[in-house]
Amino acid sequence: MSDSNNTESGFETITAEDADNASPVLILAEFESADQLMEAAEKVRDEGFKRWDCHTPYPVHGLDGAMGIRPTILPWLVLGGGMTGFTGGLIMQGWMNGISYPFLISGKPFFSIPASIPVAFELTILLSAFGAFGGMLALNGLPRFFNPLFRSDRFRRATADRFFISIDARDRRFDAPANAQFLRGLGANAIEVIEE
Amino acid sequence: MKQLLEKIPFIRPEISGNAESQEIDNTHYSPSERQPWITGENDNTTITDRVCGILEDKPTFGWVMFFVLSLSVLGLLGVFVPFLIFWGIGVWGVNNPVGWGYAIVNFVFWVGIGHAGTLISAILFLFRQKWRTSINRAAEAMTIFAVMCAGLFPGIHVGRAWFAYWMFPLPNQMELWPNFRSPLLWDVFAVGTYFTVSLLFWYMGMIPDLATVRDRATHWVRKLAYGALSMGWTGSNRQWHVYERSYLLLAALATPLVLSVHSVVSFDFAVSQVAGWHTTIFPPYFVAGAIFSGFAMVVTLLVPARQLFGLKEIITLRHLENMNKIIMLTGMLVGYAYAQEFFIAWYGGVKVEKFAFMNRAFGQYAWAYWIMVTCNVISPQIFWFKKARTNLWIMFIVSIFVNIGMWFERFVITVTSLANDYTPSAWDYYTPKLADVGIMIGAFGLFFTLFALFCRFLPFIAMSEVKGVMAERAHAVAEQKPAEADGADPAPSPAAGS
Repeated sequence: MSDSNNTESGFETITAEDADNASPVLILAEFESADQLMEAAEKVRDEGFKRWDCHTPYPVHGLDGAMGIRPTILPWLVLGGGMTGFTGGLIMQGWMNGISYPFLISGKPFFSIPASIPVAFELTILLSAFGAFGGMLALNGLPRFFNPLFRSDRFRRATADRFFISIDARDRRFDAPANAQFLRGLGANAIEVIEE
Repeated sequence: MKQLLEKIPFIRPEISGNAESQEIDNTHYSPSERQPWITGENDNTTITDRVCGILEDKPTFGWVMFFVLSLSVLGLLGVFVPFLIFWGIGVWGVNNPVGWGYAIVNFVFWVGIGHAGTLISAILFLFRQKWRTSINRAAEAMTIFAVMCAGLFPGIHVGRAWFAYWMFPLPNQMELWPNFRSPLLWDVFAVGTYFTVSLLFWYMGMIPDLATVRDRATHWVRKLAYGALSMGWTGSNRQWHVYERSYLLLAALATPLVLSVHSVVSFDFAVSQVAGWHTTIFPPYFVAGAIFSGFAMVVTLLVPARQLFGLKEIITLRHLENMNKIIMLTGMLVGYAYAQEFFIAWYGGVKVEKFAFMNRAFGQYAWAYWIMVTCNVISPQIFWFKKARTNLWIMFIVSIFVNIGMWFERFVITVTSLANDYTPSAWDYYTPKLADVGIMIGAFGLFFTLFALFCRFLPFIAMSEVKGVMAERAHAVAEQKPAEADGADPAPSPAAGS
């Protein structure tokens, strides 16, 4: 990794050592506080950027609106998990104790709804929880063990006490010097361009 | 000798460049004069340093002592479990008619302990109780470890432990399935689901904090381990959005789950025909008792931990006071259930039922019954006094009493009803043997060993959530300021969400 300081436009460039034709993959701007980030995010959104993100040590409330994030489809995945668990649980019990090996216990029916509720309920919860956890990972693209963001040492504080905006190079409006100037104008106290 | 003791760093004097955290009384009755949930001069940086310091600095002497002691107690399990598996459950004191002894008592006890962790993490989350953020990580860890201890007992109680897998609906050479109309099988599903969901909830809550530890790591082993555990979390707001929704849904799922688990455990008793077990009050009564005992265990663990790891400003007196209030409330719910059982036994007019309850209080196990009543009903009454609710020694001692009392509650329920059932000629007295006691104490060793390891290797406080609570408070204060008159006392400002 090599660093160069572009003093004219006021940003640092971090380039991967193993890159042959290094080109920028993202631009990163650091902010001191959540309030600054919130204001900046609104401006970035209004400027028409699409492939960009904020990075914060804790979920900053109101930032979803400031970024214009649409509600996630996760609840539907959880509902699907829950319904699968409930019907699967009932079918499993009915088939196992009523069809595959009919089990006569004290003359009770081979299959009855009330006696099957506890297991069906637990399986509803279990599969819903798998939906919530697995769905969270899938929708967020996790696990993702390598991320160009990790090339920046400054970015290590994104999980502790600093706030960042990153703009992906695949965004239509991406242009490192111009974006750097724009972000600087929003109050960023440091700007880095990461190349790979 | 005294000088030598002073030299040993029992308690961490300084944490990563921070001054010793201070004990500040933030339990004032009037909310306008209360300190916030997080006291002292703390911001995002100091919270991160303080919490990560616990797992980055060298272990304190106090921690090492605690760990070694727990590990040696765990050794009892290593001795007695193989002994039991080799000789069979005859090494226990169980007899005919008391077929359920310490193993079931311990199972119910440990499952119950777990409930407070889920209550704190899920139910208080749904109720927007911000004080949960300082204690939820440790309480959830306690849940996981308690359920692990609980899971041990049915596994060894089946006698031939190598057939424990028969509890699961797996295809086998006999082409036989488990009996789904048995509450014992419901338990397998309830406790299994409870463990899995608690683990997911705990782990998911920890991902952002594990990323914090990863980003501060300097050694390659730590980078690799925490890097793998944190799954490449970058604190991206697009990810936070899905994450928060997922966390909310998991909390909403864990809430009915936790209520169902101890209800199902109580069905093990209530669905049977045994006098003293066959009562409809069991599910709510078991759930209240579970939360009661669990909160007591949280206090038992957190009072020393906050001293040892310098967390007095994060787990404040007000957090502890709130927990003590819940202990008192649930203690009275349990006391009410004890009274109600007697009333219904009398009012129902069933002879055996009447006898079962009189026998419980005045029969051969009267000593156990009155230990239970003293510890569970009488001892928490001291929390009517604020001095007691905010005194670390008193709350620690009461929490130990409650732990003992709740263990005896399960003992009383399980053993008294079996020892004197329908056929007087079959009556007997159950006395535990060495293997019973060894496995019971060994389970405590397992629990404390796991908890000690958790303290050292995983973030003890949910940092990202604490930071969120601090930010909300900062906003509330900022909005308050223009309304305040000039020259008003700026220091004790109203706490957010109090």
